[in-house]
Amino acid sequence: MTWTNPLTLLRQGWTRHWNPERPVRTVVSNLPFEDLKKREQPNRQYEGNAIKTNKYRLWSFIPMNLFEQFHRMANIYFVGLAILNFVPVVNAFQPEVALIPICIILALTAVKDGWEDFRRYQTDQQLNNTPCFIFSRKQMCFVERRWKDVRVGDFVRVLSNEIIPADILLLHTSDPNGVCHMETSNLDGETSLKQRKVVPGFSTLGEPFQPHTFDSTVVCENPNNNLNLFKGYVERPDKRRTGFGIDSLLLRGCMVRNTDDAAGIVVYTGHETKSMLNNSGPRYKRSKIERKMNTDVLFCVVLLFFMCLIGALGHAIWLESFPSIPSYIVPDSNGNYTPSVLSGFYMFFTMIILLQVMIPVSLYVSIELVKMGQIFFITQDVELYDEELDRRVQCRALNITEDLGQIQYVFSDKTGTLTENKMVFRRCSIMGTEYCHEENAARLAVINGANEEEEVTIYQQTKLPSLFPLEELQDIHTGDENQANAQVTAANQRRSREAAGAQSDMAFSSPLETVVVPDRKLMLEVDREMASIQTGPYLDFFLALAVCNTVLLSSVTAQRQRVKGRRSSSYSGGSFHNMRQWFRKCGLGKVFTSMRFFKRRGETLRDPFSIDEDESDGFHSSDVSDATGQKDISSERKVKSGLSGSEEMCYEAHSPDEAALIHAAKAYGFTMVERTPHYVTVKLPDGALLKFEVLDILTFDSTRRRMSIIVRHPHTKEIIMYTKGADSAIMERLGNVFTDMSQVYSEAKQTAVKTQRDLDMYARNGLRTLCFAKKVISEQEFRAWSALRQEALSAIDEKEERLMETANFIESSFTLLGATGIEDRLQESVPETIQALRRAGMQVWVLTGDKPETAINIAYSCKLLEHEDLVFTFSTNRKSVFKMRVEDTLGELRRSTLSPGADPQFRGYSSAFTGPLMEPSIGLVIDGSTLSMAMSDELVEQFVELCKHCRAVLCCRVTPLQKSAVVKLIRQKLRVMTLAVGDGANDVNMIQAADVGIGVSGQEGMQAVMASDFAITRFKHLQRLLLVHGHWCYSRLANMVIYFFYKNVAYVNLLFWYQFFCGFSATAMIDYWLMIFFNLFFTSAPPIMFGIMEKEVSDSTLLSLPELYKRGQHSEGYRRSTFWIAILDAFYQSLVCFFIPYWTYNGSDIGIFAFGTPMNTVSLFTIILHLAIEIKSWTVVHWVIMIGSVLVYFIVTLAYSAICISCNPPSDPYWIMHKQMADPMFYLVCILTTVVALLPRYTLHVLRGTLAPSPHLRARQLERLSPSHREQRIREWRGLRDTCISPSPSA
Amino acid sequence: MKNEEEASERPDNTAFTQQQLPAWQPVLSAGIIIPGFLIIGLAFLGIGIALFLTSQTIQVLEMDYTGVEKDSPCFRCTSPSNQTCTCEVTFSLSTLFTGPVFFYYGLSNYFQNFRKYGVSKDDYQLTGDTQYFKSPRDVCFPYAHDSKNNPIVPCGAIASSMFNDTFELYQIINGTKKKVPLDGKGISWWTDYNIKYRNPLPVNGSFASAFDGTVKPINWPKAAYELDLTDPNNNGFLNQDFLVWMRRAALPQFRKLYRRITEGDYATGLPAGNYSLTVYYNYPVLSFDGRKKVVFSNVSWMGGKNDFLGIAYLVVGSLCVVMSVVMLIVYAKFKFSDDDDA
Repeated sequence: MTWTNPLTLLRQGWTRHWNPERPVRTVVSNLPFEDLKKREQPNRQYEGNAIKTNKYRLWSFIPMNLFEQFHRMANIYFVGLAILNFVPVVNAFQPEVALIPICIILALTAVKDGWEDFRRYQTDQQLNNTPCFIFSRKQMCFVERRWKDVRVGDFVRVLSNEIIPADILLLHTSDPNGVCHMETSNLDGETSLKQRKVVPGFSTLGEPFQPHTFDSTVVCENPNNNLNLFKGYVERPDKRRTGFGIDSLLLRGCMVRNTDDAAGIVVYTGHETKSMLNNSGPRYKRSKIERKMNTDVLFCVVLLFFMCLIGALGHAIWLESFPSIPSYIVPDSNGNYTPSVLSGFYMFFTMIILLQVMIPVSLYVSIELVKMGQIFFITQDVELYDEELDRRVQCRALNITEDLGQIQYVFSDKTGTLTENKMVFRRCSIMGTEYCHEENAARLAVINGANEEEEVTIYQQTKLPSLFPLEELQDIHTGDENQANAQVTAANQRRSREAAGAQSDMAFSSPLETVVVPDRKLMLEVDREMASIQTGPYLDFFLALAVCNTVLLSSVTAQRQRVKGRRSSSYSGGSFHNMRQWFRKCGLGKVFTSMRFFKRRGETLRDPFSIDEDESDGFHSSDVSDATGQKDISSERKVKSGLSGSEEMCYEAHSPDEAALIHAAKAYGFTMVERTPHYVTVKLPDGALLKFEVLDILTFDSTRRRMSIIVRHPHTKEIIMYTKGADSAIMERLGNVFTDMSQVYSEAKQTAVKTQRDLDMYARNGLRTLCFAKKVISEQEFRAWSALRQEALSAIDEKEERLMETANFIESSFTLLGATGIEDRLQESVPETIQALRRAGMQVWVLTGDKPETAINIAYSCKLLEHEDLVFTFSTNRKSVFKMRVEDTLGELRRSTLSPGADPQFRGYSSAFTGPLMEPSIGLVIDGSTLSMAMSDELVEQFVELCKHCRAVLCCRVTPLQKSAVVKLIRQKLRVMTLAVGDGANDVNMIQAADVGIGVSGQEGMQAVMASDFAITRFKHLQRLLLVHGHWCYSRLANMVIYFFYKNVAYVNLLFWYQFFCGFSATAMIDYWLMIFFNLFFTSAPPIMFGIMEKEVSDSTLLSLPELYKRGQHSEGYRRSTFWIAILDAFYQSLVCFFIPYWTYNGSDIGIFAFGTPMNTVSLFTIILHLAIEIKSWTVVHWVIMIGSVLVYFIVTLAYSAICISCNPPSDPYWIMHKQMADPMFYLVCILTTVVALLPRYTLHVLRGTLAPSPHLRARQLERLSPSHREQRIREWRGLRDTCISPSPSA
Repeated sequence: MKNEEEASERPDNTAFTQQQLPAWQPVLSAGIIIPGFLIIGLAFLGIGIALFLTSQTIQVLEMDYTGVEKDSPCFRCTSPSNQTCTCEVTFSLSTLFTGPVFFYYGLSNYFQNFRKYGVSKDDYQLTGDTQYFKSPRDVCFPYAHDSKNNPIVPCGAIASSMFNDTFELYQIINGTKKKVPLDGKGISWWTDYNIKYRNPLPVNGSFASAFDGTVKPINWPKAAYELDLTDPNNNGFLNQDFLVWMRRAALPQFRKLYRRITEGDYATGLPAGNYSLTVYYNYPVLSFDGRKKVVFSNVSWMGGKNDFLGIAYLVVGSLCVVMSVVMLIVYAKFKFSDDDDA
């Protein structure tokens, strides 16, 4: 699930190896051994709590850092060359000189590493020295110590709002119910509180904790990184065992909330804590370009090999060609002349040293820098900033920015990614009767449309005034007037919206979503049942809604002092936060107005004042008036103060569905007012409090797809199990409905059938469905089951399986209560985004766990499927049937695509810029079980081929594992670049399986974000991230890499050509220092700047013409041919740069370095101006760096040749540059050579721009037009694409 | 509230961070390219013509005196047995060879740029540091010590292989030889003579004593301190011929300045007439198929005669002009019709 650090694995393996007979960890109290020496401590083998994430120490920094760095191939190459250069027979430079590049690169990297490490060290120190309270036996109280002093077996006390120093098994809290709340946002970003329970029996409620009496042994698992799993037991001296799980563990790094103090025994410390084990740091992936680049580097190696071979052979032949040995050939140390073959052999290595720059090692360093810059700009993009969450886009993977520009397949989760994951209760069906909540729907429709205040106002004035009781309220309050008041309200709304700082109506609407307008008919039914019998299916249904969940209550002011800078992702948290602001703006007066109003209306059962709603003015009162609610303010207030004083309360729901349901229940007067581990209190519509004893909770899991709560009814003492879950998970477990034909069940059967019908209808309307059921359990049955359950709980082996078994056992023979339909609204701009991605040539797949009907509906509404599309739905359990259908479909598709004559793949590409295909748009809908058949070995090929034809694929009811399997399948079979986007823990697999994983930080915590490469806040950001940043990063990096290859080859070849005129003796005509500087300083900044800042087409054009993205998809920016063209160009340019000076100076009295100087200068000009041709937009930065580079060259060269009199024998730069610059020939040569070298490339650019302009060039030309003209052209362009397809596209 | 805003994650909305810096976006339009090519082309043609004409005015006289051919006056000097050999090369000028005339010797197939040859010198020795006289640097090996292990000064292959043919030029007027004065001053780089190379300080007032304990390079007929006994400023490491030789040639075919003819009757150049060049033939080149020649040349602002550059400029210039015409046609055919559509 979560990525495991290899180191961790290693450590775990080691630990296992170390304690082979000990798969578990036993911990005893340290207190009795407090005075003993360390090696007599019982827990001595466990690590301390001090953490050390820095790799180096001061004294070991240099050797260790060097060791680390030498793990890189590039550095080894460098070192190899340097060593080679120390071998006298093959050396090309003075040995020391060859060390310069490697030293500079190593030093730069070491400084960077050192700085990062120092920062880590500082953070560690800060953490390690944070104060905390540890129990001391001597002083018999908790004393202040540092985090680093905490050891396994210590007792630690954590106060409210303090950070937990280690993983602590909770033994005591100040809470009378033995719970402790914990906020895990430091760990996973979830701000909803998590409830932790004490392990019972080790402290007395209400009394101070006495650790010295703790004499038991804690047995738990060895450390692992699973944040949601922890198991073990406490064994008392009398061998009694008490089991515990993750809900008793306080995690390091989390914060204690709502609880005055909590204490427990430390089980994991330091690096063994779950949070540290989860701390994997940034991820490293290798991008597509880099993979390609590496093969091109290999080509360079081959090229280098051949060049060296030519050098070696040339040298040998040259030596052979002399009749006798000439005076300029120097004998070796023995005075002998090396045989020519051996000299040639030596020369091979010397050539490698001389031509080493051929392998663009600096490219790797440059790419790292460029990506840093690219990431900087991505995260700086204000368009990708989410005002509401105060979040930018996060780049978690540092080196795959350009992959964003090459995506071909997008796999998206639905819930929370395409949709808001802000659930709104829409409809319900109880006992087979459907209540459609029309008013609520109408209200929501208004909210959706209420982007303009005017609209709201108009609506209020004209339509359905009863729905907007604001007016009614004001009618009552101020008489019959006024539209003016409505206007005021609108103004208030606007202000409140501004206060919330939201640009959209989202933040504004969220409090409204929590409020449900009850259905009149249903309200009456509930009233009737309440009045008469105090029981019945309607009451049960709402009780189930209110009870069967894991929603927590928390007081707002006590702990929710989050700074706005932190995220407020939790549904209720976020909405209440905004609500408070709104409230402040609107003023308290209004609320009291409405309170009076309630009183006056005084009819029934409504409880609008519970906990949170007291702040909403207009909309809140809507349900009141509508419900014709009766209300006793004083009693309500009493309840409120009894609960939480004068504080506001909010629901802390783990899932938005639960929040929506609990709010729905509240709308009907069933308000959950308290939840402790042992009790749930629900206030009934008549104000009575029902305090259910909670006997057990079977939490939700994705296998069972349901959750249950077993409670004891306070009045009847019955043991009741309420269950909610996916319809299939409930329906198939109803008590014999479909098998037993007897009369008794016929009613139940009818209910089930009707409910199923309603469920299908909900699904068709795109609602999320949940079924509710109940079961009454007899006392004995429960007791028997409970025993089994306890056993399973305290088991260490196969705990999950056993728990599952027990859960399945009890969860059967339900009585169906009803079903709910919850709407999950689409996020803003989702259809537009999907369309843009489509137009950019990406295939969009949606993988969801929802029912096919729901998914299809959403697919239509987000434009994934169009109504004219041909949609194939595969949903079958029989392999043979499926196989047949797939084959049929495929056959049909083949016929239809082959008939126009062209190979579909080829056409697909060639038409990429001319127009879409006339293929029928095909959609594929497939469900989970069919999908698993499709992915079986014999069908997979056909399935993949089928998918290739489909414009959209929708996979429903898929498990997280299937999601990742699909992504892997497509990625491997089609060899395409895939992107997965999701928001929940169930998307983690998929995100990790894809080439690029995108996490949406939404309502479901941070697991997806933690696993992702990039984290965004809204789905619509994907459009900009891919089409703009992806495109930019791709073309920038592709161009830069190509340029780098070109640059190195062009420069190195100068030296190579010279070998033909110096007897292949590896002489360089350029001073070594200047040669090294040339790569390091003179020509390195421009390409890096180019890679970071180049902007061929502006973002607005890229967004309006998504088709431009296709270049990256087809890897057109960087292909093998581009590489070879660059290499050929480099060869040509180097030939020009060498031979024009050669022919100019041949036969003259020019000295060797005087000959090299114009060449060096010419190369510089050529290389810089070559880039200038490629740069498409020149900003100040470009000018500064380009001109600066040339200036630096001249300044450094002049200074060097003025200073170095005989500092660097045998080279002799002294005064050469000055002499050359005083000679007009120098300039004439420079001008001619530069022009000749660049003429072909420039001409090619010009001709291509005129004869066959690329889409990018055309787009660039569009940018020069006036805005109106441009839009017209863009429309034309698109229109052209849409209409001119019928004539053959490849023509 | 304010503080919250400040702590916000919100990125800076500046032109730089938003990548919206004002930018110049060159688009290659016909209006720029065609005139651009034309201007470059014409400018190049102009430069080319100037260069070519200048090059034409330069007179060059080259004479190979290696003596490979049997009828060559120096043929007899090529036999290895002939230790000291003099030969005479005669030539006649039909017109005045305008001065100042530069007198070069040229070698071909001589790889002064051979790497091991190139490193084989001791720069510290050559700055007059007598410490390095006793123990020359390793790079000079095997030209650092003679067989008796005496240090060689100047050490190394470059110095050892110094060109040692000498020339005397006579004008033959009515059968009598009139010596043409050759000016050997200032033929090396000013910086070499004045800054880079230094003679050792005289010991006991004797320059030669500074070289005590060292031997001359094996091939040299005279020690370094005897290179020019007539002029102390041209002796030792500061000998102009030595300095010229030590500046290694870039290419295997090269010439090096030997003398200038700037004095006396010949200040304005070599008048028309017959000349005789006496060659003291010492330097062996036949072992590597090398050739030796003498070159008389005068110079212009662009240095020696160089037709290549002028022609290259002319070719490239006309290419650009042709290109601009081609562009014009291309644009007329494609681009303008395209614009009409739009």
